[in-house]
Amino acid sequence: MSDITQSGPVLAADGRPLKRSLARALRMQKIRALMLIAPLLLFVLLTFILPIADMLFRSVENRIVQDTLPQTVVAVQDWDADSGEAPPDAVYEALAYDLVVAAERKQHTRVGTRLNYETPGISSLFRKAGRRVDEVGEGYLKQFAALDPAWGEPQTFMSVFADPEWLASRAGAGDEPPFQLSETAHDALPKASGAYMNFARTIQEEDNDSPAEEEPWAPVYMALHSDLAANPQAAQAFSGDAQRLLQEAAALIESGQMETESARDAFVKMDKDWADPEVWRTLKTYAGKYTNGYFLNAADLQKSPDGPELRPEDERIYGTLFLRTLIMSLAITCSCIVLGYPVAWILANLPSRTANMLMILVLLPFWTSLLVRTSAWKVMLQQQGVINDTLVWLGLVSDSDRLVMINNQFGTIVAMTHILLPFMILPMYSVMQTINPTYLRAAKSLGATNWTAFWRVYFPQSVPGIGAGSILVFILAIGYYITPELVGGTKGVFISNRIAFHISQSLNWGLAAALGTILLVIVLALYWAYDKIVGIDNVKLG
Amino acid sequence: MKLSKMSALAVTTALCAPSAFAEEMANELTLVSWGGAYQASQHKAYVEPYLAQNPDVKIIWDESSAEAVAKIRAMNEAGNVTWDLVDAVASDSMRLCDEGLAEEIDHDEVLAAAPDGTPASEDFGDLIVSDCFVPQIVYSTTFGYRTDLIDQPDSVCAIFDTEKYPGKRSLQKRPIDNMEWALYCDGVAKDEIYDVLGTDEGVDQALAKLDTIKDQVVWWTAGAETPQLLADGEVVMGSTFNGRLFSAIAEQNQPIGMLWDMQSFDLDGWVIPAGLPADRKARVMDFLKFATDTQRLADQAAYISYGPARASSAPLVGKHAELGIEMAPHMPTDPANAGNVHTYDYEWWADNRDDLDAKFQAWLAK
Repeated sequence: MSDITQSGPVLAADGRPLKRSLARALRMQKIRALMLIAPLLLFVLLTFILPIADMLFRSVENRIVQDTLPQTVVAVQDWDADSGEAPPDAVYEALAYDLVVAAERKQHTRVGTRLNYETPGISSLFRKAGRRVDEVGEGYLKQFAALDPAWGEPQTFMSVFADPEWLASRAGAGDEPPFQLSETAHDALPKASGAYMNFARTIQEEDNDSPAEEEPWAPVYMALHSDLAANPQAAQAFSGDAQRLLQEAAALIESGQMETESARDAFVKMDKDWADPEVWRTLKTYAGKYTNGYFLNAADLQKSPDGPELRPEDERIYGTLFLRTLIMSLAITCSCIVLGYPVAWILANLPSRTANMLMILVLLPFWTSLLVRTSAWKVMLQQQGVINDTLVWLGLVSDSDRLVMINNQFGTIVAMTHILLPFMILPMYSVMQTINPTYLRAAKSLGATNWTAFWRVYFPQSVPGIGAGSILVFILAIGYYITPELVGGTKGVFISNRIAFHISQSLNWGLAAALGTILLVIVLALYWAYDKIVGIDNVKLG
Repeated sequence: MKLSKMSALAVTTALCAPSAFAEEMANELTLVSWGGAYQASQHKAYVEPYLAQNPDVKIIWDESSAEAVAKIRAMNEAGNVTWDLVDAVASDSMRLCDEGLAEEIDHDEVLAAAPDGTPASEDFGDLIVSDCFVPQIVYSTTFGYRTDLIDQPDSVCAIFDTEKYPGKRSLQKRPIDNMEWALYCDGVAKDEIYDVLGTDEGVDQALAKLDTIKDQVVWWTAGAETPQLLADGEVVMGSTFNGRLFSAIAEQNQPIGMLWDMQSFDLDGWVIPAGLPADRKARVMDFLKFATDTQRLADQAAYISYGPARASSAPLVGKHAELGIEMAPHMPTDPANAGNVHTYDYEWWADNRDDLDAKFQAWLAK
């Protein structure tokens, strides 16, 4: 004792302060515990959380427009969408440069599909344009070639655009290194360099061809014309044949003898809708890397010039579906409680041999295929089904107006209650098993009626089981889609049916992800509310 | 270490014998189809004879065609395509081709010519709706009705006539075909259907027509539902694929009749996923050439009542393999059945599917 009072901090056996030594031991323990759960944590992270996060991320991701049409997206920013007119020619030119690459890489229809979600018809615009975009600027191609046949030679373009170092390196054996631009060309002919670079890289990557052996596509000539028209002195930067060819072309353009060709006309000739400002407004609106468009759509909203607005009434659907999903899941949970509680009570109060037998009866449907059980309900509930036949035979309903019990909400609630019942009974049963029967006897011996004893003594103790069962059933119900799809008809389907539809049929994964995110948030919010009201400590799974 | 040795070995083999490498064919082939009677007909008509010729090959069936586009897209994003040859409907093949998820094919080079030497592209003709698509069959979505419960209808508009033909009807839970039938029965000329449907008023008109029978309709999503509903007497008439109705009528002897009026033609065929390794692709090409020749396509018609996609196969269509009945009169393409057909516009639906689907679903939920 006297030692301690003398020397401040308490020391452990090895002479280090006890506090630090203790902290170290605890830390070791924590690390050991963490190591033990690490495999599971890693597994859950890799197989569950990351894929889900990736999927949810799609609800805001919109890179495709910018990645596929980079120049168009920049060019269209200067255009006023409210002007009521189609954008200027330069935007169409940029579109031609972008689209010819995208078409070669087969990405143009993906953009078309993306934008078609917002404005119907864009999909076919892009599909058609993809087939013919390599003709945009063909007039220039012919005029250049007529001016000097050298313009039809791939080598000419090599001498103008290629980086000398790259030219030297490709002389070696094996695969051609990725095409490099010369700095001279990049500075003197900016548009044409970009267009040619895209051409060269694309045919290298897509076709495994060499730009030294392929004549460039027509939009490159259009870009060349555009550069030379803007800067007739561009040829000065070059030397030799390249300089001569460029000078001749620039002279022709300056003299006004080269016929000009409008990129806009070329696109409008493919489809008149290219002149429609709405198409361009959509492209401009959805040009960003991220979009809230999917979430707006999932909330029955749409973008408009004055901010988000409600969709036309005949297109609103998701609000109804979310609400219906919640209400019907609640109804299913309630009917599971009502049906499951007595069963769980009987199971918990019978001698264990009989209880085990009955337990098998509860579990048996649990082991049967979901589809089989759902189909069985079809046979039971349909108008020519078992129940209706029996009722008609008994004379309770007439043959002409048999009850409609399937392909509506009733059918969904019945079938799903049956399917989810074990998830309610099992937690209730395990909680009820732990309730000591002497409490009830005590209550009765103190004068309580059967009802009072049950309601004041037994029921409060079984609430954690109800809570656990309800959470299980409700959360399972809210995400169900097979059963509602089969027996729900039109009024008994859930939001998950639409999510499944967008995943596997319409392929609008962004919208599916937005709907899924909203559903997840709703469930988490309900869970939070449940915790506040009932308290999550009051939930027992066994 | 072991891995790098292996890959080094593979590289040297590839470098030393590039030609031999390209010729080599994988011995496993994963085919994707629709399951049920249709897949069985493919198995008997092409796969069994092919296996007899190539005993080393192992063929694996996957019944995922209903989700083919979504799954191929997912496989492609993951960079691991496990399917070799996929059976898809024409519109799906176009979507796959558009997105660069399917291999483009030179039909004359890859496929066998007809016995008389007609090149494949002519033999298939207009049915090659996409560069990635090798058509196998022509099927149709059409109506069946209970012969014992209602009078024989002679027009597709019987579905909208609940007075003369009382009882429930089953329709597919999607706007495609239903919207067209509704407009046709509302007096729109056949060749103007898509022009009308392209306007908001046209959509309203079609939905208003469907509204008149909305409470009498059972909506189906799987092709097997209508035959079942008809057999149970749940509905008195309903749309489904003609082969499903054929098997209910001819194989199960149900009291069901065919209503061919305004049947909606569609195609089904093979698609090769993009980016297969060379050895697997070589095997696929070998199988594809065999499985789509004139005789094989004609053989398939002995098991299911879908019309072979080759013109040269039509004369070879014989009797049902088990029932022994002539198959030609049960084909959707038979002149007696194809008097009044609805021609489905792929391009139009590719543009408007999402938009109309939203409206259709909102209408259903109302």
